[in-house]
Amino acid sequence: MFDRRTFLGGSAAAIALLAAPHVAVAQAAIDRRFVFIIQRGAADGLGTLAPTGDPRFAGLRGAFAEDFAGGARVGDFFTLHPNMASVAAMHGAREALFVHAVASPYRDRSHFDGQNILETGGVAAYALRDGWMNRLLGLLPGADARAMAVSATVPMVLRGSHEVASYAPSALPGASDDLLARVAGLYESDSELHGAWAQAMQTRTMAGDVSGNGGQNGAATGALAARLLSGPEGARVAVIETGGWDTHANQRGRLGLQLRGLDALVGALKTGLGPEWANTMVMVATEFGRTAAPNGTGGTDHGTASMAMLLGGAVAGGRVMADWPGLAQASLHEGRDLKPTLALDAVIAGAVAQHYRLDPARTGRELFPNNSALRAVDGLIRT
Amino acid sequence: MSDISIAFNRFGLGARADDSPPADPKAWLTGQFDRFEARPAPIAAVPPRAQVAQGLADYLEEVRQERRLGQFGLGQRDQGQAQLARGPGGRRQAGMQPAMAGESMQGMQDNLAGLPDSARRFIRQTSRGNYVAMVQARTNAALTGPAPFLERMTHFWANHFAVSADKLTVIGLAGLLEFEAVRPHVLGKFSDMLLAVEQHPAMLLYLDQAQSIGPNSQASVIVARFGRQRRGLNENLGREILELHTLGVDGGYSQGDVTEFARALTGWTVSGLTRGPAARFMGASGNPGAFVFAERIHEPGARTLLGRTYAQQGEGQARAILSDLAADPRTARHLATKLARHFASDDPPPAMVERLTRAWQRSGGDLPTVYRAIVDSPEAWTPAPAKFRSPWEWSLAALRAVGSRQVEGQAAAGLLTQLGQPVWRPGSPAGYDDIAASWAGPDALMRRVEAAERIAARTGGMVDARQLGPRLLPGAIGDGTAQAIARAESPEQGLAMLLVAPEFLRR
Repeated sequence: MFDRRTFLGGSAAAIALLAAPHVAVAQAAIDRRFVFIIQRGAADGLGTLAPTGDPRFAGLRGAFAEDFAGGARVGDFFTLHPNMASVAAMHGAREALFVHAVASPYRDRSHFDGQNILETGGVAAYALRDGWMNRLLGLLPGADARAMAVSATVPMVLRGSHEVASYAPSALPGASDDLLARVAGLYESDSELHGAWAQAMQTRTMAGDVSGNGGQNGAATGALAARLLSGPEGARVAVIETGGWDTHANQRGRLGLQLRGLDALVGALKTGLGPEWANTMVMVATEFGRTAAPNGTGGTDHGTASMAMLLGGAVAGGRVMADWPGLAQASLHEGRDLKPTLALDAVIAGAVAQHYRLDPARTGRELFPNNSALRAVDGLIRT
Repeated sequence: MSDISIAFNRFGLGARADDSPPADPKAWLTGQFDRFEARPAPIAAVPPRAQVAQGLADYLEEVRQERRLGQFGLGQRDQGQAQLARGPGGRRQAGMQPAMAGESMQGMQDNLAGLPDSARRFIRQTSRGNYVAMVQARTNAALTGPAPFLERMTHFWANHFAVSADKLTVIGLAGLLEFEAVRPHVLGKFSDMLLAVEQHPAMLLYLDQAQSIGPNSQASVIVARFGRQRRGLNENLGREILELHTLGVDGGYSQGDVTEFARALTGWTVSGLTRGPAARFMGASGNPGAFVFAERIHEPGARTLLGRTYAQQGEGQARAILSDLAADPRTARHLATKLARHFASDDPPPAMVERLTRAWQRSGGDLPTVYRAIVDSPEAWTPAPAKFRSPWEWSLAALRAVGSRQVEGQAAAGLLTQLGQPVWRPGSPAGYDDIAASWAGPDALMRRVEAAERIAARTGGMVDARQLGPRLLPGAIGDGTAQAIARAESPEQGLAMLLVAPEFLRR
């Protein structure tokens, strides 16, 4: 693999380079791991890391607040949901950094537009055609830029000109090797299918027989991802999608199950990565938050600011980063949502720049080209 | 692609070996308007709504009794709304999603871990059987129906008005939304389809409308008098009607419009699902699964939405809003864009969008008029393949190619789940994407190749792909593909290669 953005000016150059893939790459790999976990559906930040020190929290949230009686304290102001034991342990080991009251530039309440902005890194929906993680790959040395979606198809955040792989366990019996080889011939001159098939074959070789277990739950997904991120030829960058966060009704039980699954996923990722965990940054983020107050059906509706997490041995953790806006009616965004006081774009740009020792300003411009106000946040990664 | 191949594949669901090439492809398509059956035999055979809803009502009653007896601990109280717990892995927000698990219907069983026993029993013994029966009906209607273009349109609209069977209450009802609310109107007016969909129990339950209560309704006032916790407004359905079903996300509505619409919709609920005193008080204790307007939970007063005031009382208020939304020019453009994307290109050609918008508006959302405008659009007849087939489209085309006329529901549901597009389970009210990037991933391709090999193996070498290819894709198969098929080591392998050839993956 090589760094397209560094070398390529136009498509003619691209063709020339594709014909000669052994271009020397000057930059040396630093062998770090980066996993981005998307929470699709607008995860409730207030229901995950609760501001139990805020005098209005208990009154505002009612029964929801009771769940935090048994949760791990994070500083003297916040409490983690009790179903997140692995994350609590990471916090104890200073491997967890929580960023609260944070939001992407999006201020409306459509999941689909919100996710598009979260993933493309734009300031308006559908303004950019590729994902910020794909653009990040262009800034990394080739060996660090092997990326994989742990799902059957590639989510927007990882789509773009840089080739990536996707993998999810398939319960179908494997096709015969002879047919696979012939299919490669069938796709040889098809620009769309050729690259995808090459990736599929490569992944198949690497993934072994994990399909037997199936990624049926969070722990299996985390273990699978760890496995795909291991070994000398394994991926170094991965994206994992999680769903089920749109808790319009009966949130207490559903969010509890969701958080338990997410916790199992990151726990299995840490276990599976072993010593590599020390060089790993896991980022967990959602498209927007939920209303500060419960709605009429025991749930919450679409809101604005939420909470993002940085986990891993590389993270300068053990704390919450927040410019806490408060939960008083007048402090809420449009009188209903947690007000965003930190920019998610700035957190992402700062975290990946420090993780990969990149120039923060350049990283910000590349990942979030339309966000001219962006100032990458410093101090997120251990140096 | 030749015009015949375009008619068979881009507009239809793929040719069958015994289809004779039409002399006039456009007339072949519009002629299907007279041949379409709204209620063909496979669909007439599915369990009726009353039976499906009765099963759901029995389950909800069981939950109510258990709760009353205090047998439930914390966290199990909400199973009426429980989602199939499958751990993280969702592509969209509503939970159970295909990408991660690779689960078959068999595997679905394993995903029930974490649900209360009664919910597990309900899924295993009742709702999954209904779901599988309906998948079978949908698939067989599409394999054998005399109007494949309109079968395609039915699938298009059902996906536009998506519900997702990852919500426990929706599993058994999802297919009925398509059969009862979409299919009968596929040659009618959009406004009629819209109303039928929004009043269907599957939609009312999926988007939480059935339990939305006006804060100042009679029921709320009484509950407050007893000092009990009030339930209240849920804006989920109102928002998605505006964002997804009608105006589109750029439709210029505000948060205030969403809330006003949600207030107007209070009272739209499903009868006969709960048997407690509350249901009797609301007037919602009638026939299981029927739409009912429950006056006593309706928010009183006039509503203002998008600058118009709706002073109607009762059910008519939200009906009047729906009617205005159906007639709104932004709705016409939103749907014209989606239709152009479905037939011409992932990036809808602006001229075609314009033309379809005009046809929509001139005819007042008369769907056959709009379909004629699609058939008359040169952008839909470009010789280069315009679209990458979704797993559903590919499965139907492959089954039609090998002559299948009937499949078992379990097999069809399993196939689609493993290919990444489980039937009626997009995991989101936005439905499945209609662009190649969503379906042409490396792993998705691998799964198609695996499925193609299995489908081909079942023909026992009785199908000659060299003969079949040109019949299915007249004038569309490249020399390279023809040669590769001719060199296959067996008839089965040649057939598998035809099914995954670039020409067959696209339409």
